[in-house]
Amino acid sequence: MTATAPVDPTTASSATSPTGRGSAAAGARTTSTAGAAVALRGVVKEYAGHVALRGVDLDLAPGELVALLGPSGCGKTTALRTLAGLETVTEGRITVDGRDVVDVPTHRRDVGMVFQAYSLFPHLTVQQNVEFGLRTRRVARAERATRAAEMLDLVGLGELGGRFSHQLSGGQQQRVALARALVTRPRVLLLDEPLSALDAQVRVQLREEIRRLQRELAITTLFVTHDQEEALAVADRVAVMRAGAIEQIGTPEQLYSAPATRFVAEFVGSSNRLRAEVVDGRVRLPGQEVAAVGSPDDGEAWAYVRPEDVTFADRGVAGVVESVSFLGAVCRTRVRTSPDDVVVLDHRAHERREVGESVHVAFTPRAVAVVPFG
Amino acid sequence: MTRRRGAPGTALRKAVLAVVGAVFAVPIAAMVAFSLRSADGTGHDLGHWTALAAPENERAYRSLVEGVTNSLVLAAVTAVLVLVLLVPTMVVVHLRYPALVRPLEFVCLVPVTVPAIVLVVGLAPVYSVVSRVAGSGAWTLALAYGVTVLPYAHRAVQADLAATDLRTLTEAARTLGSGGVATLLHVVVPSLRRGLLAAAFITVAVVLGEYTIASLLNRVTLQTSLVQVSRSDPFAAVILALLALLLAFLLLAVVGRVGSAGAGRPVLPGRDVAATAPAPARKALS
Amino acid sequence: MVALVEGRPPAADRDRLDGARPPRARRRPAAWWALTPFAVYVLLFLAVPCVVALGTGFVTGDGRPSLSALAALGEPLVLRAFGSSALVSGITAVVGAVVGAVVCWGLTALRSDGLVRSLVDSAASVLAQFGGVMLAFAFTATIGIQGVVTQLLLTRLGVDVFAGGVWFYQVPGLLLPYVYFQVPLMVITFMPAVTGLKPQWQEAVATLGGTRREHLLRVVVPVLAPAFVGSVLLLFANAFSSYATAAALISQGAQIVPLQIRAALVSETVLGRENVAGVLALGMVVVMVVLMTLYSLLQRRTERWQR
Repeated sequence: MTATAPVDPTTASSATSPTGRGSAAAGARTTSTAGAAVALRGVVKEYAGHVALRGVDLDLAPGELVALLGPSGCGKTTALRTLAGLETVTEGRITVDGRDVVDVPTHRRDVGMVFQAYSLFPHLTVQQNVEFGLRTRRVARAERATRAAEMLDLVGLGELGGRFSHQLSGGQQQRVALARALVTRPRVLLLDEPLSALDAQVRVQLREEIRRLQRELAITTLFVTHDQEEALAVADRVAVMRAGAIEQIGTPEQLYSAPATRFVAEFVGSSNRLRAEVVDGRVRLPGQEVAAVGSPDDGEAWAYVRPEDVTFADRGVAGVVESVSFLGAVCRTRVRTSPDDVVVLDHRAHERREVGESVHVAFTPRAVAVVPFG
Repeated sequence: MTRRRGAPGTALRKAVLAVVGAVFAVPIAAMVAFSLRSADGTGHDLGHWTALAAPENERAYRSLVEGVTNSLVLAAVTAVLVLVLLVPTMVVVHLRYPALVRPLEFVCLVPVTVPAIVLVVGLAPVYSVVSRVAGSGAWTLALAYGVTVLPYAHRAVQADLAATDLRTLTEAARTLGSGGVATLLHVVVPSLRRGLLAAAFITVAVVLGEYTIASLLNRVTLQTSLVQVSRSDPFAAVILALLALLLAFLLLAVVGRVGSAGAGRPVLPGRDVAATAPAPARKALS
Repeated sequence: MVALVEGRPPAADRDRLDGARPPRARRRPAAWWALTPFAVYVLLFLAVPCVVALGTGFVTGDGRPSLSALAALGEPLVLRAFGSSALVSGITAVVGAVVGAVVCWGLTALRSDGLVRSLVDSAASVLAQFGGVMLAFAFTATIGIQGVVTQLLLTRLGVDVFAGGVWFYQVPGLLLPYVYFQVPLMVITFMPAVTGLKPQWQEAVATLGGTRREHLLRVVVPVLAPAFVGSVLLLFANAFSSYATAAALISQGAQIVPLQIRAALVSETVLGRENVAGVLALGMVVVMVVLMTLYSLLQRRTERWQR
């Protein structure tokens, strides 16, 4: 695991292998779809006086779910919208199955899109909403009805075809939006923060269903979100974006345990950040020295250690327990190791210490991620 | 923003607006041109404007002066009346009797369905009593105007009320030892400042433009004296009408920029979904 | 069977208490007295006049209840007035609605929080609601006999607008001033529906393979239809109940219902019967109630879609 360069998407091994051309897996179901290979090359998007995308390079393998993760304003939604054709591109190429689609208008791009909110047509029933894409494609009425009903069953709303959107909960509305986007068997599915407007519990439930559906239909999917937990839970690979460019692409595990830049390290999950020095393949931490993972350059660096990778030990950096919070599954203890530094540990309840106790903490050697200064 | 290739762009829409705007400016421009006509009808000068201010014409314009004064007094009295009667009621209902919120709204919207011309039929006998009790001065019209203004004032205050968490503020005031009236004065009124101001401004605009009730109850106001004067001196009427329109526009422009969310918009029956989906409007005068 | 059982969601996800819901206020004294001034006021100056206005149609001259006065509604003069009112209201409502809708479309090009837009809103409010008498003067100055435009047409183009008769001070002369306040009213009324059209719909239609035309026909038109019809109803009601402009332009005569009410109030011998004003008022209120009820029903649907 390198800690310096962004992970190259073509050489990284995916954590889970997508099911490829999905016709075999989907069997006789009429909703099977084959995902397309998508590539963005050097995509630049400029508005008057503001650059939203600075040369984005991204590949999506057929049937893969890639999450675009980043804070608001980083350009992730803009990138998605250029793929949809809802935004024009200042420079760069966008290819779907090898064909450049930059000049193809949205309604001919064969993408399915789910918006954050408000996208259902209020004057149509759920069934009519789902059939909309089939109507524009001049599909016969009987076939429309069957396919729409099938898709509604697939998203778990089989009984609600006659309702209107204002009669549905937020989660149900998004399911309808999903069904509507998928019923036309698009080659690419685009999800623009589909869960951000929903309650926490519904969000978790729905993201798992989206994942299940996506796998079943093997449709290439781009999922935009600002919630890093969501991205890590759902995606085959995650691309972290900041200020219009991708900082790192990799599997969720890679991003979590081997962040390439300071931003990624601090954006994904929570970490203890320590000043460290790399000398000759070894990382000098407070109270400890560990072997460096990968081959970072010598010099000063930031070392990131997750709270769950810090333990109480007999040796290591010394400190005083400042606070202990019982969080159910874990106990979170803050240990003050110096007037300016606090180390946070997540551990099981039976390892509790008392406030004010003197302790030593150690860092699990293979779990130290090193990011060079600057 | 979605860049739609070939969509009827901003330019076309703005052009349409400019055209319609120009057409609608014609009557206003005509009023100005009309008022600038010189006495002999050939050229243009400020003759009619200066005539209004000239002391020798004072007698001829006496009814106008009376009308303007009456209207200004009426505007002030009505605004005070409405604020003093309506606002405490709305606040009490909001805080203590939430079940009455919809009935109160309904009552305040009745003047929308029952137009002034109908109301005045029933006001005549009521006002014969009022005249006996309080005289037949124009200021007594404030009592009727308070009713015609209800839909607007209610709407302006309601929008502000919905946006303010008055319950928490008044409870906090109570725990700090403030009594009922003091709370009203020191907590409620300052919190609802924008709504109250909007309601006051709109009341003034409504009163200044009201004609139906004033004329059919035989009172002298700005509008009735305008109509009367127009028969003999159309120029003075046009000038004052222009000024009155301008004043109303300024009042509403201020309300629109600075006032509460529901203020500048007209009023209608039907649910007002907070301040975000304003119900459409209706003319409550004339 | 193994299942993961989630704990209860944190408090933030449950409904927060509505600020207006009362606490169990057992200990607080009743505040009914605070509502009395307003109640008395509304009773005296709204309820009583309404009852009187509408009730005089149901009594004879000596005060006995009877339905005979209602017969006045069948008189040809009255029917003609209702017809004229309906015609003027109908024409100006439709013209106002169409032009107003076009203006709404144009307004979408402006920033919704910009200065121009807010000035347009204020101007629309003034013209739609407070114009009354002043609009009569405006149009007299424009196309009255001595009007600026009349004169211009006469001197520059040789066109005499009143060659066929002076229509300006009759019912046809009401059409222009009425349209002048109907269009702004339409803008005020219809604009929320237009701004309620979500951009996501257009984008969704595009991603579903629909062209802009399909978006217009399949989404915009059906969604705006109830609001449009409702606005037409509103405009109709507005013109129907309008008095000031007509009264200022037509000093004598009772060609439309509000003017007939004026005639009935000013001279008690219209049609030789008393209580005619009350009957006319009743007729007008019936029309208004019908219109407003229909409007409310349409509004409910419109507002639902605007959220």
